[in-house]
Amino acid sequence: MELQTTIYLVVGLTFALYIGIAFWARAGSTSEFYVAGGGVHPVLNGMATGADWMSAASFISMAGLISNMGYGGGLFLMGWTGGYVLLAMLLAPYLRKFGKFTVPQFIGDRYYSKSAATVAVLCLLVASLTYVIGQMTGVGVAFSRFLGVSKETGVYVGMGVVFVYAVLGGMKGITYTQVAQYVVLIFAYTVPAVFISMHLTGNPIPQLGLGSNLIGSDVSLLQKLDTIVVELGFGQYTTTTAGSTLNMFVYTLSLMIGTAGLPHVIMRFFTVPTVKDARSSAGWALVFIAILYTTAPAVAAMAKTNLLRTITPGVVTQNADVYAKDSAIQYAERPDWMNRWEKTGLLKFEDKNGDGRIQYYNDKVKDEAVKAKMDAAGWKGNELTVNADIIVLANPEIALLPNWVIALVAAGGLAAALSTAAGLLLAISSAISHDLVKGVFNPKISEKGELMAGKIAMACSIVVAGYLGLNPPGFAAGTVALAFGIAASSLFPAIMMGIFSKKMNKEGAIAGMLFGLFITLFYVFAHKGLFFIKGTEYLPLIGGPNSFFGITPEAFGAVGAMFNFIVAFAVDKFTAEPPEHIQHLVESVRTPRGAKAVDGAHA
Amino acid sequence: MDKSSEAYWKATLGLLTKILIVWFLVSFGAGILFAPLLNNIHLGGYPLGFWFAQQGSMYTFVALIFIYAKKMNDIDRKFDVHED
Repeated sequence: MELQTTIYLVVGLTFALYIGIAFWARAGSTSEFYVAGGGVHPVLNGMATGADWMSAASFISMAGLISNMGYGGGLFLMGWTGGYVLLAMLLAPYLRKFGKFTVPQFIGDRYYSKSAATVAVLCLLVASLTYVIGQMTGVGVAFSRFLGVSKETGVYVGMGVVFVYAVLGGMKGITYTQVAQYVVLIFAYTVPAVFISMHLTGNPIPQLGLGSNLIGSDVSLLQKLDTIVVELGFGQYTTTTAGSTLNMFVYTLSLMIGTAGLPHVIMRFFTVPTVKDARSSAGWALVFIAILYTTAPAVAAMAKTNLLRTITPGVVTQNADVYAKDSAIQYAERPDWMNRWEKTGLLKFEDKNGDGRIQYYNDKVKDEAVKAKMDAAGWKGNELTVNADIIVLANPEIALLPNWVIALVAAGGLAAALSTAAGLLLAISSAISHDLVKGVFNPKISEKGELMAGKIAMACSIVVAGYLGLNPPGFAAGTVALAFGIAASSLFPAIMMGIFSKKMNKEGAIAGMLFGLFITLFYVFAHKGLFFIKGTEYLPLIGGPNSFFGITPEAFGAVGAMFNFIVAFAVDKFTAEPPEHIQHLVESVRTPRGAKAVDGAHA
Repeated sequence: MDKSSEAYWKATLGLLTKILIVWFLVSFGAGILFAPLLNNIHLGGYPLGFWFAQQGSMYTFVALIFIYAKKMNDIDRKFDVHED
């Protein structure tokens, strides 16, 4: 069958499956709409959490980033998994015991204050909206590349599909659809990795293949990769850190705290029947996430090896000299996949020294000895640029895998983007319909009215997300740092103190949230412009880029969280204790006995 | 807060502290701070520090959550606060 037909078939089948599931799992009550009736099995909930968490960024971009960064890319792996340990132990079981629908509702009740809840709603909306823009853009890109439709059509189709199952099914529909989406995306990720690992090292398990010798050689894959990339002027693959060690440390911590504080992830733990299940469900979620996350570094290193092998075959397989005249392949003889990706503009070749061959290396290398060798070889600058995002998508083509694998990867990328978009939309719509409409504006609204408000809020969010996906504001990429920064610096500390400190009062919590939020925004905006408007950066004011101990704005969330804690405890010391009944509430949240079904009543 | 619930909370915090120490040691310790040192040791074709950063820490995290869930259930039962 032709590649295009196969892709249509596989993607079409998966979509039919999602909509079928959504129809079967329609939501009839607010409880089913917000928390799937609170009766999802912990293993299934773990799978759904995995799909919810792993977005287009995890599926498409992460391995490419690691491929470029080498060892330093490990900060994404540790950061985005280590947060689950914090979530499982510090937040999930207690929030489940608390037994309400949303994160702002916990903050509002625990800090006996509507202002606290409103600050939480604001943080939730900013964090979730920036995320959802990225997902819709991802859906558009994936559609346009694989289905040959325009990006706009891609976004419309994506909106339509999400609309059907998210609005119809609410959390119940989303949860069961996400289970199916997890299965699709994990197969799509691991199948090509297994083939490639087998091909390069003879070991079918990528996690072991990455630590094995190259086939027919007694040198390990990583050692070979280290040698070649250093000769090409890049940093050594297994040791290059992301900025300073301190920056890598803080960056990892920010991602961990941010992960634990992201509302659409926390919400998932309201769907299980008991506190005990909330604990184990976080473990299952991490098992399902780790299957992809431990495969990613193998995909990264192997894709890099395969790329180098394509361009300089003798160097990788027979220890030929990198600088030899005929080490690189002729541009005219490049494989088909390079040709295909050149058309998308994501892979570019420019013959700078006019020898008709592809020289791929780091022309900004600092090491003089290496530089001299490059000059002696007659290289006149790097000639090949490869966009990091194509590493995963082009991987099966680079390894010359059959068509059905390529179709599977297309379906997997779409599953990853759609499942995350649906989870985020639910977080947004529940914040609007439950926390704002019912909590603040119209507490007397009936259950039926609230359900309708939830569905309308979700439909509107889809339209807004779709619009922003079609016209992505220039700041979309930079705002991911902001989403994590906000979750880490405002929501996480407030929730944690609400559970672990009985005496924390509303003044302390609100001051902490606002200060954590402010200082993080201040630092991020200094680098990226006020509200991401170009030209409004104010770096001189904070003393130049990364002036806070060399920490990059993406890594600042952990520092913001630290300030949040300090300010909260300082203010708490000088203001009145929380009322008696709140201290009792905290005590009851700490013990599992008496956990009841999750409901939405505002205290 | 009566005696038993105070003791229950103390036991919980004790468990949390132990788990968080291991959590910190594998990721920030072995994966970042001591990675250059550990890279002198090899695990198959993996330098050990690199392995912790890109593989080992994640396996440990998974194990930690299940150990926590199991131990926490034991503590619940011991202090008779478990769900029925």
